[in-house]
Amino acid sequence: MIASQFLVLSAALFGIGVYGLLVRRNAVIVLLSIELMLAAVNINLVTFEAMWRTAEAVGQLFSIFVITVAAAEVGIGLAIIIMIFRNRQSANVDELDLMRW
Amino acid sequence: MTLAEWIAQPINWFYLHFGVVTLFCAFRVVTTQNVVHGALYLVAALAGVAAQFLLLSAEFVALVLVLVYIGAVLVLFLFGIMITRAPTGMEARLDNDKKLPAAVLGVAVFLVSATVSVMSFGDAAIVQVGTPTDTASLAVGFIGRFVVPFEAVGFILLAALVGGIAVARRDLTPLEEEQRRAV
Repeated sequence: MIASQFLVLSAALFGIGVYGLLVRRNAVIVLLSIELMLAAVNINLVTFEAMWRTAEAVGQLFSIFVITVAAAEVGIGLAIIIMIFRNRQSANVDELDLMRW
Repeated sequence: MTLAEWIAQPINWFYLHFGVVTLFCAFRVVTTQNVVHGALYLVAALAGVAAQFLLLSAEFVALVLVLVYIGAVLVLFLFGIMITRAPTGMEARLDNDKKLPAAVLGVAVFLVSATVSVMSFGDAAIVQVGTPTDTASLAVGFIGRFVVPFEAVGFILLAALVGGIAVARRDLTPLEEEQRRAV
């Protein structure tokens, strides 16, 4: 096993996430794409940890931090989407032009 | 390392298998025309990522990923999809009309970071394959050197969830308030 194979996989996952983030209209699927990108970042952190093996497994610690922050982000994101849906009967990001200049 | 040598390692077969599954499911997340299917494909993609973590001997992170993402976050997503009444059947337009620029940017991001990774690390090997990470060392890191970030992240999670409840909660109309007081 070489490190590059995991880094390339993570780059591909991140690219797919970028595409989904830009192309999707439904706000929930935009959040799903962000989860894909965060998963790619976690693969990188864990790969570097497996390469260099620190005493406290710092790479794995930080991937768990990322997972926690992602969970918080999903919670608050879905709350905002639900509130916007209640006010505007739509969860499509391109119809949210309320604050557009 | 040549391709033949790489293929000769049985662990790389597992890598290829789970990697193809992960990438296919991730691709379907951003292309499917059914919102619920998208969420379920994300389950499979994240399960593939957890399998990669097992190959990298990060057992605890793999378990946390399965518990937190597949167990909790995906349920939250499914609730969100159902509450916002996003059509659970086929819908005409889930994508906007900027597909080509987005695809170009996605491929560019992939190419740049993949090229840089391969150029920097080449065929640097992951040496201690199969030696599990001691979970106790993770715990020591959490409550030792990284105790402040650990507390901060816990506080962020609490604040975000309380904030989520406060944002999503519907305030009573004056009439409803009146009725509640009457009871």
